Amino acid sequence: MKNVMSNKTAIILYVLPSLLLVLFLIYIPIALTGYYGLMDWSGVGQMKFIGLENYKKLIHDKLFWESTWHSVLLALFSVLSLIGYLIVSLILASKIKGGNLFRKIYIIPMLMSSVAIAQLWIKIFDPMNGLINSLLSMFGIKETPLWLADPDMALYSVFIPIVWQYAGFYIIIMYAALINVPQELIEAARIDGANAFQIAYKIKVPLISGVLKVLVILAVVGSLKYFDLIYVMTGGGPGHATEVIASYMYKEAFGKFNFGYGSAIGFGLLILSMGATWMIQKMLRVNQE
Amino acid sequence: MKEKKILDSKPRSPLRQIAMGILYFILVVVALLQLYPLVWLFLLSLKTNQEVFGMSPFALPKSPRWENYINAWFDGGINQYFFNSVWYTIVAVVLTLILASFVTFALTRMEWKFKGVVLALFMIAYMIPLHSTLIPLFNIYNKMNLIDNPVSIILSYTTFNLPITIMILLGFYQSLPREIEEAAVMDGCSVHRIFFRITLPMTAPVLATTAIINMIYNWNEFVFVNTFISSEKWKTITVGVNNFVGQYLTDWGAIGATLVISILPILIVYLFLSDRIIEGLVAGSVKG
Repeated sequence: MKNVMSNKTAIILYVLPSLLLVLFLIYIPIALTGYYGLMDWSGVGQMKFIGLENYKKLIHDKLFWESTWHSVLLALFSVLSLIGYLIVSLILASKIKGGNLFRKIYIIPMLMSSVAIAQLWIKIFDPMNGLINSLLSMFGIKETPLWLADPDMALYSVFIPIVWQYAGFYIIIMYAALINVPQELIEAARIDGANAFQIAYKIKVPLISGVLKVLVILAVVGSLKYFDLIYVMTGGGPGHATEVIASYMYKEAFGKFNFGYGSAIGFGLLILSMGATWMIQKMLRVNQE
Repeated sequence: MKEKKILDSKPRSPLRQIAMGILYFILVVVALLQLYPLVWLFLLSLKTNQEVFGMSPFALPKSPRWENYINAWFDGGINQYFFNSVWYTIVAVVLTLILASFVTFALTRMEWKFKGVVLALFMIAYMIPLHSTLIPLFNIYNKMNLIDNPVSIILSYTTFNLPITIMILLGFYQSLPREIEEAAVMDGCSVHRIFFRITLPMTAPVLATTAIINMIYNWNEFVFVNTFISSEKWKTITVGVNNFVGQYLTDWGAIGATLVISILPILIVYLFLSDRIIEGLVAGSVKG
């Protein structure tokens, strides 16, 4: 009777199609990225093997490191904003009236495409007619910032819609974890005379630390590979003020047709993301002990 | 959800009321920040250029210009993009759900070697940054003559959504009682019959959740279409909107209308199924 559930043809039929898709469209491309990185290649025509030239160039490429720095800044910024999200979700999860409605409102930007968000925020940041500068003028501020057009401000301006996009996502996940904290523990602490802050800081936050760690990894890896919104909003400009790793790769490959060098950048992105995940896992485990 | 207000369980002191006031103030400010840009966008989509450039951005449109929507839909070619998005999304969601259900069934119900390896392959695939696969994918599709062909888009959507869909399904399959399936085995049912007639119908709730999550991802996807598709007739709304904005730079009303059209389908679904969407977003993230 067990034979039915170990029917080999059925297993192959059920697993193989998905497995082949994942192998051919995810794993083989990943291996090829590293391989193409060894080539001088314009995407069409012959590849020329040039050994580690592209990778050597990458290590000395100021623009690559500048883009990486921008991605790392975004990662730091995203991790820091988790603190704000945690405060909001602690309030929401304290069984406050209307908490569910607030939660539903917060998530709405997450449902939009990065392209729509980018286009909307281009208008919001518009120096002449945008929402923000109109508001600033109403308060009598004459010298309104140029936002995306100012090389010193563009990167931080781009971070704002990214936070706007993801805030609700992190909040609902933290909230889901917080409402699962056993009520008895909170009651016990309250009877012992703990106030709301102490309960939040000493009981709730430590109890959801597992979820918080996952969110830190999500925030860092998500930031390192961040692309769509920045590419649409600024194209990495002005100059390279908002260039990030993925946008640099994309422009090298599909803009300048340096497929070999683009692949080397793509491989660098892979190593960085995987490395960051591994490092954070190690670091957070150490902190726990 | 139980609305038992713990803060009310003690007698109200003025201090407690002030504290509650501050908490609500924070929540309302965040809600305004999240919502107001969209209200502004909607107002923008109904304005004339004179109203956009000459008047306060907080002013309501004098007479709402619904023509903006009609112009975007027909003259801007948004209708073509929109229908492409609809059918790519549906086909890819159906494929992903069927394939992921097959795999999850085999992983949780059937007996075979290499289960662990296969599961690991799907889990690790979830962590690989999509952008690192883009150049080789382009080359592979190019060799197969699938560039500027919707097949490349549907294959990419299906494949890249498989890992997260399997992850969400796994949790549900593991919690599902097996007695009915075991009884069916005793009765001499074939595997396929058990899968299609018993297991698959029982997973309907989680299939609904994953379908919505997949739908949101596919509808909003940008980079695959932007890279693999070049003709207008195959573009999706996400990429189409981007091109539209490039062409109608100064017509803010039309741009606003286009953006509203592009986000409306998801917002409508959200209006009816918000709990399910939230549940899916949570399930898809934390198990990673």
